[in-house]
Amino acid sequence: MFRLRRFLKDYIVYLIIGPLCKLTEAVLELFIPLVTADIIDNGVLKEDASYVMSHGTLMVLMGALGLAFALVCQKSASITSQGFGTKLRNAMFSHINTLSHAELDKIGTPSLITRMTSDINQLQLAVAMLIRLVIRAPFLVIGALVMACTIDFKMSLIFFIASPLIALVLYIVMNRSVPYFKDMQKKLDKVSLLSRENLSGNRVIRAFNKQGSDEEIFERSNSELAETSVRVGRISALLSPVTYIISQAAIIAIVWFGAVNVNIGSLQTGEIIALVNYMTQILLAMIVVSNLVVIFTKAFASASRVNEVFDTKPSVTQKTTDIIETVPGAPAVEFRGVSFGYGEGGDALSDISFTAEKGKTIGIIGGTGSGKTTLINLIPRFYDTRKGEVLVNGVNVKEYSFRQLRERMGIVPQKAVLQSGTIRSNLAWGDPDADDEKIENALKISQSYEFVSKLADGIESEVAAGGGNFSGGQRQRLTIARALVKQPDILILDDSASALDMATDAALRRELAAMKDMTVFIISQRVSAVRNSDVILVLENTALVGKGTHEELLETCELYREICRSQGV
Amino acid sequence: MSKHRRKNREEKTLTRLLEFCRPYIGQIIAALIFAIIYVGLNLVAPILVGYAIDYAVGVGKVDFVSVGLLLLGVGVSAVCSGVFQWLMNMCTNTVVYFTVRDIRRLIYKKWSTVPLSVIDRTPHGDLISRMINDADSVGDGLMQGITQLFSGIVMIICTLVFMMYISVTIAIAVVIITPLSMFVAAFITKISRKQFMKQSEVQGEISSYIDEYIGQQKLVKSFGYEERSMRSFEEINERLRICGQKSQWYSSLANPSTRFVNTLVTSAVTILGSLSVIGGTMTVGSIATFITYANQYTKPFNEVTGVIPQIQAAMAGARRIFEFLDSENMSEDPENSEENRNLSGNIDIDHVNFSYVPTKKLITDFNLHVGSGQRIAIVGPTGCGKTTLINLLMRFYDINSGSIKIDGKSIYQMSRHDLRSNYGMVLQESWLYNASIRDNIAYGRPDADIEDVIAAAKKAHIHNFIQRLPDGYDTIVTEDGTNLSQGQRQLICIARVMLCDPPMLILDEATSSIDTRTELRVQKAFAEMMKGRTSFIVAHRLSTIKEADVILVMKDGNIIEQGDHNSLMKAGGFYSNLYNSQFAVAQEG
Repeated sequence: MFRLRRFLKDYIVYLIIGPLCKLTEAVLELFIPLVTADIIDNGVLKEDASYVMSHGTLMVLMGALGLAFALVCQKSASITSQGFGTKLRNAMFSHINTLSHAELDKIGTPSLITRMTSDINQLQLAVAMLIRLVIRAPFLVIGALVMACTIDFKMSLIFFIASPLIALVLYIVMNRSVPYFKDMQKKLDKVSLLSRENLSGNRVIRAFNKQGSDEEIFERSNSELAETSVRVGRISALLSPVTYIISQAAIIAIVWFGAVNVNIGSLQTGEIIALVNYMTQILLAMIVVSNLVVIFTKAFASASRVNEVFDTKPSVTQKTTDIIETVPGAPAVEFRGVSFGYGEGGDALSDISFTAEKGKTIGIIGGTGSGKTTLINLIPRFYDTRKGEVLVNGVNVKEYSFRQLRERMGIVPQKAVLQSGTIRSNLAWGDPDADDEKIENALKISQSYEFVSKLADGIESEVAAGGGNFSGGQRQRLTIARALVKQPDILILDDSASALDMATDAALRRELAAMKDMTVFIISQRVSAVRNSDVILVLENTALVGKGTHEELLETCELYREICRSQGV
Repeated sequence: MSKHRRKNREEKTLTRLLEFCRPYIGQIIAALIFAIIYVGLNLVAPILVGYAIDYAVGVGKVDFVSVGLLLLGVGVSAVCSGVFQWLMNMCTNTVVYFTVRDIRRLIYKKWSTVPLSVIDRTPHGDLISRMINDADSVGDGLMQGITQLFSGIVMIICTLVFMMYISVTIAIAVVIITPLSMFVAAFITKISRKQFMKQSEVQGEISSYIDEYIGQQKLVKSFGYEERSMRSFEEINERLRICGQKSQWYSSLANPSTRFVNTLVTSAVTILGSLSVIGGTMTVGSIATFITYANQYTKPFNEVTGVIPQIQAAMAGARRIFEFLDSENMSEDPENSEENRNLSGNIDIDHVNFSYVPTKKLITDFNLHVGSGQRIAIVGPTGCGKTTLINLLMRFYDINSGSIKIDGKSIYQMSRHDLRSNYGMVLQESWLYNASIRDNIAYGRPDADIEDVIAAAKKAHIHNFIQRLPDGYDTIVTEDGTNLSQGQRQLICIARVMLCDPPMLILDEATSSIDTRTELRVQKAFAEMMKGRTSFIVAHRLSTIKEADVILVMKDGNIIEQGDHNSLMKAGGFYSNLYNSQFAVAQEG
């Protein structure tokens, strides 16, 4: 948790002023009874009305001053805690942006959402409490201890036994409940995961008439969450009763031994009252502390979940941020003996070698799970190879900065997803400064110009999250347009025309073939989509089993022939 | 008027929230009783201590027996008070966490009773935020509300009783003064309420944003969009900071302000009291008593105002939750009836009009008659209404006018459950859930034994692949299904339908991600299954289309051509153009 203090750096002034003001307010509050006593002793008893008035005014002023200090403290607390949370969320979002897909898969999106909302909210609350209460409570405890010492050193031993005992109880409760709080957040993650799943699969759930049974699964996680919460509540519920009992035991000891001392004349009755009052003061402070302990315990659990994200290091990192020289005349993309696997799993690609010259079209065909998508994922370096190397423009992809490497690449993923906004804002992904002409051009090439111009708002038309208000085929074409706006040197189409009708698909490929400077990778299941490529790569079970033009492959590759036969080509 | 209504709504939110606690009324009453005992004992202990000290008056004059007895009393009351406080905490814990659970359950249930359009249109991040964050703040608020308000109120009542016992007039005077601080608290609450609502909304917005962008990291990376998404995120985050800071600041005003009011009261009492003493109408002692009790009485009010921020956040969360729970449900379903299952599949669609948005007409005067067992291929340019047709057939959306009948019976006269059990559906976007492959295949028939599951998987040509996985059928499908390729996911979806064996089939571009060799096998299995069953296939592959009994060529929400492959080719219309363009390109080289 203390590692997160770096996010408080800018608020150091508030962090000092806030508690100081709170302290001042507390001191002022303590003085008010003294002024009251003063008024009675000096004003009333001496029948001095003007003294009563002036000191009465003083009291009001002290109250107002106290209010002012308290407000400064509250303001500091609100600025600091919300600022802290905001900075933390920004840092986390930016860190997540650096992570590779492998790491994100491991944590999971729903868990990241709860960490960025629920967990950070918890930490925010802890910071606010830090400013509002944390300094004040120990101040009162220490003050009371010091006062006790000055009254009677021997009697103050009771204080020195009771206070650490209370502290120990706090520690034990905190220590015992942290794992439960972590467990609780994990269960909350599960609830969040199930929620997301239900929402994204709502249509299928209804189609299968499964509403009821999904509720059971959710109910199980939901109940587990509630039960864990109750269990952790059982531990934290012990906190204030136990501290209360300890302090009452201390008071009993004070009165008893006090009475003994009074009996032998080494202590005065008034001093017992003072000691009891100080003990009560410690108890009150401790009650505040015990509430804080619950908040901080939760915050500790949340902090470790937040830190877990920060500790996750991207498995793919860039060597440099500088622009590096490429080799002139080198092929656009080259694979040299590349093998790759996900995590600890077996090879997903084994010993792949091929060259893609600039301006050529490379078709990739192969069965489901043969490694087609994996192969193209290595070009923009979403993952690093296990063996061999991938070269872009004659340079190993590991030498590039991400920006330089990916800047000139357009990738159209299998799953066509748009972001909420407008068509224009989606296309601007490729180039934030794209003018209408550029956008129109991209729409035309991708065969989306016709339907977009029919929309009432044209390119300013609203896009819902995920692009749900467009059909699958429209979405695919818009994602292609999005990549084209970038005017990439290398365009990668990962089976991204599967939802297009035949005529549109054909027209699209005609347009792409006309762009002579662009190296195009086309992954497809359809022979018709790849047969015109300059090179066709045939993949089977992670290996490259055929490489060449359509005609060459018909001669040499048994698998290719089989695929063609199955499609009646 | 509007003010009145808002207040009304506020009260309604609270009463509904309390309504949720009703099942735990036993625990609530118990908590209240425990609170009374614990607070009472808490107030008694200092009195006993006071008496004990009174017995220790001077050297050699200490009455150890009395002191001992009284201290014993203190000990007993302390232990009892501790125990009862613990019991009170336990009760409130149960009430709070189970209430939150009930609320979450209701939200989840609601997701399956609202029209699908609500789920389609609302950002999922926002819906999840209501489930997670808003429900959490309701829990926090309830917890603070019950523990602090309870003991606060009990404390107020107890001191009131003690004061009445000593002096009725003073008690009445104090009671009259305290509403002042309540008035201040109410005023501040009013200011900050809006901010809390706004904060809750922006929280939902930020969840949606995270959901959208973290889920699409690959895209973000390939477009070098990191910085730009960071900027938009920072913008939303900044708005969250501003309204978060405001709501926290405004609501945290309540506590110091009420304390200031108390100081004012004390000062006024002291000044006026002192002047009356000087004037001879009051005694010194009564001022002291007055002040002490005024302080003691106002303290719980301060404690109550201290938890106002949490309670306000809870109310804002509760309002958002209730707002969703109150959204309109789907129209009532008729009773389930066996006779509506296993229909033979004669479909009559007459004069159907439908649009998602009232202003944008989509399907107009749509007519279609399909005989039992026919295979219907739907083709047409993208966006022509193919998916919409499926939405209407399965009643994901309701038609605006016209009629859809199966075996002569309107689908609006049967329950959605019965209607849908007649269909097997495979969508373009293959949805699997976070469970084993076996559970995913058995999704429609959870009671199916492993043999049936394997048989279905074999029919979908995915059995061999599944067997090769280290955990076989027990392999868990991860959240995004990244351990399976799109094609494999789709095959599992097909196996899922194969297992259900429904009388009608809907395949929405179902085979687009499967390689053609596998598809050929799947097609064969489908062809087997489609025998005698009415099937709708939205497909782009010629092989699928050619085998269909009827090809519907759709454009702009209407059927423009209808017939089998040969007759349509002869007609030389839109379809033959479509068909020829495919081969034209294929042959162009």
